[in-house]
Amino acid sequence: MADQGFTSVPGVGASQREPKEKPGPLEYLRRWPLRVIVGATLVFLYLPLITLMVFSFNTSRRNVVWQGFTTDWYVKAFNNESLLQAFVNSLTIAFFCTIISVVLGALAAVMLWRFRFPGKTVIEGGMALPIVVPEICMGVAMLVFFARVMPWPMGMPWPLNLGAITIAHISFAFPFVATVVRARLASFNRELEEAAKDLGASEWRTFWDVLVPHMQPGLIAGALLAFTLSLDDFVITFFTAGPDTITFPVKVYSMLRFSVTPEVNAASTILIVVTVILTAVGLQMQNNNEAKDKKA
Amino acid sequence: MEQTWRQAKAAFAAIAVPPIAWLFLFFLAPLAVVWGYSLGENTGPVTIDVTGTFANYMRAVEPLYLEIFGKSLVIAGLTTLLCLIIGFPVALAIAFASPKTKAWLLLLIMLPFWTNLLIRTFALIAVLRENGYVNAILEWMWNNASGVMAIVGLQPLGDFEPLTLLYNNTAVVIGLVYVHLPFMVLPLYSALDRMDRSLMEASLDLGAGHLRTIWSVVVPLAAPGIASGVLITFIPALGAYLTPDLLGGTDSQMIANVIERQFKRANDWPFGAALSFLLMYLTFIAIAVQALVQRKSERRG
Repeated sequence: MADQGFTSVPGVGASQREPKEKPGPLEYLRRWPLRVIVGATLVFLYLPLITLMVFSFNTSRRNVVWQGFTTDWYVKAFNNESLLQAFVNSLTIAFFCTIISVVLGALAAVMLWRFRFPGKTVIEGGMALPIVVPEICMGVAMLVFFARVMPWPMGMPWPLNLGAITIAHISFAFPFVATVVRARLASFNRELEEAAKDLGASEWRTFWDVLVPHMQPGLIAGALLAFTLSLDDFVITFFTAGPDTITFPVKVYSMLRFSVTPEVNAASTILIVVTVILTAVGLQMQNNNEAKDKKA
Repeated sequence: MEQTWRQAKAAFAAIAVPPIAWLFLFFLAPLAVVWGYSLGENTGPVTIDVTGTFANYMRAVEPLYLEIFGKSLVIAGLTTLLCLIIGFPVALAIAFASPKTKAWLLLLIMLPFWTNLLIRTFALIAVLRENGYVNAILEWMWNNASGVMAIVGLQPLGDFEPLTLLYNNTAVVIGLVYVHLPFMVLPLYSALDRMDRSLMEASLDLGAGHLRTIWSVVVPLAAPGIASGVLITFIPALGAYLTPDLLGGTDSQMIANVIERQFKRANDWPFGAALSFLLMYLTFIAIAVQALVQRKSERRG
C-alpha cells in the first residue's frame, strides 16, 4: 500500500511524499495532473458505493444524515422472507449456470481450437453473438421463447422452477467461458497431446489427463466469470422470471420502485461483499496457478 | 496445426454437439422467433400471425421512434466520448506505473465492474437525488459562504436551491459513464501497455512536448485499442435499459425502454420485435465499422 498510486488521492498526502528526483519522462503517474485525474476517477467510482455501504448502518430512515450506528437494517433484510428467497434463488441459478457453462464453454473452446471443419467461421460468429447482442434483445427473445415455444411447466418444485432463468443465463454465460478457455489453450503445446497418444493413451484419457490440467486456470477464471455474470444479471432475468421465481436483483429493483429504504442498502452491501469475496478467491487461485506455471 | 474433423469423427461429435446444440436451441431459435414476429401482426389477444408484413418496421421509422433511436445514439455516443476523455489519462497513468501499483490500480478499476449494475445505479441515486449527498455538500458550502458574507458585511445569499440532478438526460449520461468506465479503461490500458515506448522517448528527445507526443505518437499507435474500447462502451450504452429506467425522466427514455414497454405493458410484440431487431442491426453496424477501422489501421501499421 505504500505505493505511489495510493498517495494520488487528493489530500491524502501527495505533498508530504514529494519525490526527491524529478519524475522520469514516462512516469506519468508521478505527474500531478494525472494523479488528480486518477484520484478523481477513483473517488467517482467508489464514493457512491462506499456511502451506500456506510449508510446501511445508519439509524436514520432518511439516509442522508448520519445519526448513529445500527445493524437493524441487516436484521430486517434477513427477516424479509421474500428477499431471502430471492437471494437463495440467485445463488442456486448462479451455481447451476456456472457448472453447465463451464462444461459447454470448455467443449466449445476445445472444438474451435482443435478442429478444422466446414462452417467453422459461422459457428465462431454464432458463439460470439451472445456476447455482442444487446441484453434487451436477448431478454425479449427469452420472454418470447419461454412464453410461446417452450413453456416452462408451471408450479414445479424448487429449484426446478428456476429452469427457464438458468437456461437463459447459460446461453449468455458459456460463450464468455469459451473465450477465456480458448485464450488459455493458445499456450498449449500440441506435441504434448501427440506424445500422450503415441504412448498409448486413448482420446479420452489424453483429454482428461493432458488437456484439462492445462486448461484449469482458464476453467477457474471462466467459472468465476459465469458465476458473477449470472448473479448480476438483471435485464434477461427480468424478462424470463415468473411471479414466483424472483432473483435478488429483480427483487431489489421492485423494492427500489416501491421506496428507497436502508434495508435495500443492507441487502446491496451483502451482495457487494459476496461478489468481492468470490472475486478475491478466484484471483488468488489464478495467481497461485500462474506461480505454479512459472515454476514448472 | 489444427486437426481436420474427419480424422476423429467420434471425438469431434462428442465435443461439438453439446455447445452447438445449446447455441441453436436456446439462443438462435429464440432470436429467430422474435425475428419472425417482427414480420407478423397481432391477430388476437395472444395469437401472432407471421404474415411477412413490413408494417412494424415502417412504424418504427416514423418520426416519433426515429427520434428515440437518434436520442439513444446521441446519449450512447456522448457516454462513449466522456468515458474516452476520462479513461484515456487513467489508462495512460496505469500503463506507465510501477508493476505493483499497476496491479493495484487495475484491481481498483475492475472492482466496481464486478459489483451489480443495479446496485451501482442505486448507489448513484442516493448520491444525486435532491436530498442526496451532492446536494447536501453544496448546501453546506452555500450556507457557509452565506455566513462568511454576512460576517464581512455583504448581503447573505438567498435560500439554497437543491440542484435537480436526477430524472433527466444528464443523470442518464452520468449513470452510463459511471457503469461503463471500466469497459473503456481496460482495452485502452492493454493497448498502451503493449506499445513500443522507445517511440515516445524518441519523440520527447527530439523536443516534442508531452501533449504533442501523446497526440501524434501515442494516440495513433493506440488506435486499435481506442477503437475497441469505443465499441465495447458504445454497444452496451446504446442498449442500456436499467440506467435510463431508474435515473431518467419521462423524456429520457432510450430505445431499450421502448422495447420493454411494447413487450410488457403495451403487449404489442410484433412492433417490439421490429424495434429490437433494429437495435440489433445498429449494434452490428457499429461492430462492422469498428472492424473496418481496425483493418485500416493494421494495413497502415
